[in-house]
Amino acid sequence: MSPILQGILTIAFGVGGCVAYFYGSNWVLDKVIFPPKPDDNGRNINRATIVRPWLFLFPAMFALGLYLVYPVVGSFYRSLFNRAGDEFIAFGNYTQMFSEEGFRIALFNNFLWVLVVPAAATFFGLLVAQLTDKLKWGNIAKSLIFMPMAISFVGASLIWKFVYANDPDIGIINALRDFFGAAPVDPLQIPFWNNFFLMVILIWIQTGFAMVILSAALRGIPEETIEAAIIDGANPFQIFFKIKVPQIMGTIVVVWTTITILVLKVFDIVYAMTGGNFDTEILPSYMMDYMFRDDGRATAVAFVIMIIVLPVMIWNIRQARKEM
Amino acid sequence: MDNIAGQKSSLSLVTNASVVFLVLLWLIPTVGLLVSSFRDRDQISETSWWTSMFPVESAFRVQPDAGGATQEGDVFVLTGNVFGEDGSGTVSAFGIAARTPGAAAPGQTIARFRVDVDKAGEIDNERIVVSYPAGEAPTFPATDDDGNAILADTAVLDRSLSIVGNGDFTWTSGKEISRAPSLYFIAESPPDFGLQNYRQILTSDNMDRAFINTLTVTIPATIIPILIAAFAAYALAWMDFKGRGFLIAMVVGLLVVPLQLALVPLLTLHNQVGIGQSFVGIWLAHTGFGLPLAIYLLRNYMVGLPRDIIESAKVDGATDFQVFTRIVLPLSFPALASFAIFQFLWTWNDLLVAKVFLPSNAESWVMTVKIADDLLGSRGGDWGILSAAAFVSIAVPLVVFFAMQKYLVRGLLAGSVK
Repeated sequence: MSPILQGILTIAFGVGGCVAYFYGSNWVLDKVIFPPKPDDNGRNINRATIVRPWLFLFPAMFALGLYLVYPVVGSFYRSLFNRAGDEFIAFGNYTQMFSEEGFRIALFNNFLWVLVVPAAATFFGLLVAQLTDKLKWGNIAKSLIFMPMAISFVGASLIWKFVYANDPDIGIINALRDFFGAAPVDPLQIPFWNNFFLMVILIWIQTGFAMVILSAALRGIPEETIEAAIIDGANPFQIFFKIKVPQIMGTIVVVWTTITILVLKVFDIVYAMTGGNFDTEILPSYMMDYMFRDDGRATAVAFVIMIIVLPVMIWNIRQARKEM
Repeated sequence: MDNIAGQKSSLSLVTNASVVFLVLLWLIPTVGLLVSSFRDRDQISETSWWTSMFPVESAFRVQPDAGGATQEGDVFVLTGNVFGEDGSGTVSAFGIAARTPGAAAPGQTIARFRVDVDKAGEIDNERIVVSYPAGEAPTFPATDDDGNAILADTAVLDRSLSIVGNGDFTWTSGKEISRAPSLYFIAESPPDFGLQNYRQILTSDNMDRAFINTLTVTIPATIIPILIAAFAAYALAWMDFKGRGFLIAMVVGLLVVPLQLALVPLLTLHNQVGIGQSFVGIWLAHTGFGLPLAIYLLRNYMVGLPRDIIESAKVDGATDFQVFTRIVLPLSFPALASFAIFQFLWTWNDLLVAKVFLPSNAESWVMTVKIADDLLGSRGGDWGILSAAAFVSIAVPLVVFFAMQKYLVRGLLAGSVK
């Protein structure tokens, strides 16, 4: 069967199935299980009201449980077994992993990524948001800087591979070096710094995200606070750093953590740019090296990522609970 | 407070200039690849894309047919045009050796002579190449490269070539012309823009198949989670039951669970239940992975809907199912659109899930996998092909992005600002 036909069938089946499930289960609940009886009307309606939310929730909770909750447990369990999955080795995968240099490099690089990318993307996002705030063509500028958000990490990697190309007639970096008389270099092979050249790509993508959110936050600052500062003789820099930034600090933190989480998931850039060579491996790409080859090791790496993400997750949940 | 007007205008100049600079910085990488995707593949390596509007100078070799040669006195002459019968162009230099294709300027003659040289009293025969204005007598240097005196009166023509700017050439040889001579020249070829790269990847490089595969993955993976999430979001927003707070917290927590965690256990599960690596598997996976954001976005939006409408509908006897389908769902359109765009962009651009949940062969590669695993390896240096492939994969998200930016921004704000 051709995938297109299969796709159309799936849409029909999925959508039809969902509609049939929701409609049918509600109908069964109201007409068959707890039909409103003349003598005992209220009781059955109340019973139906208790059950109904779970009818609405069931498909989503089932999918969430199966595709996100179970894997947390399942991955951890699998990571306690050897490569073939038939021998329990407790934390063998973890100890083995931490003793290898490749993993330590990936961990260190990932640490650099987490340190640099969210900071830089938030900084540039805030910069652009502030600069374009009162600009006539600000919206055009913003939407151009926002554009990389629509591009896949693979596409973005290709775009930057072109920028970093060795040939001065292709790569703009080496063209500039050539212009000043320097010999061409391959930025992706310079030890240590090549990590930063890869980070540039993610910063390029994520700045738009930070900008959009921080721009909305800047707009939300009460006008009076700024007017009062102007009347008191504050210069534009003081207004920005002392009046505006403190008021949007909460949003800055949210942007920062959101990008941090993303950094821990993105393997595409390293995979497409260097394949993890030249000491540019990070945890997600390191994990993909072992995927299909050593599931024990792969799940162990994934679980390490999970542990790094955990504090943010807890913080998010606490924030959400505070608002409820 | 004085001089505030003046400060403002200089500040706004700086602001404008820095925004222009930043926008250019952000655009240049993409523009470079976009321009290159339309360029002829040979020209990409000849000149940079930022000079691609200008003609490219490159060296050519032609071998005109020797059949038209005639004898004039004691030499043999072949005439013609280096651009062929119908071609046109401008020769900027020419030569008779592959090493020096631009030795002479148009309008000159470059010729090789046999001459006698005086090597410290010993006479030797040597070949020398001289160039001089066409139609004039050749002038010989006094000595050759090694400093030996040239006896100019002994010169015998070996071969000579004259080319004028429009490409007309005259080839003269001391011997009969039996084989096609090699003429070298440098000419500007005009910038060559076209769709040839796109045509090639779509017709012979299987990118069309990958495009359809991406579409096949994306559409069900966008539609199905919306439907499931909308019902759940309604329950979490407007229905009262025990454990609601816990479930909302769980959804928030699941928002950040790294996908990496799900890969191994779910692939194992898919293999066990017989789905294996297939489109069905990737649809299910994307549905599961997209749900937390979908529920979170939709619930946040639905909570903000006016309570009066929903309550008066319930007072009028509407069931929850009716309230949901008739009132809440239509009113939630902006949030549905926001999530649809997110999910669409995410599934379209995804590499990780596609690599794991689809089989790795040419029939099921989606575009991201095709580029990362196939083209980057096999077509590593072929920028014409790579850039065209990149833009085939980027085009649809970009259109969606610019057309629906409003909803995307709204979704981002709802998803992040709490």
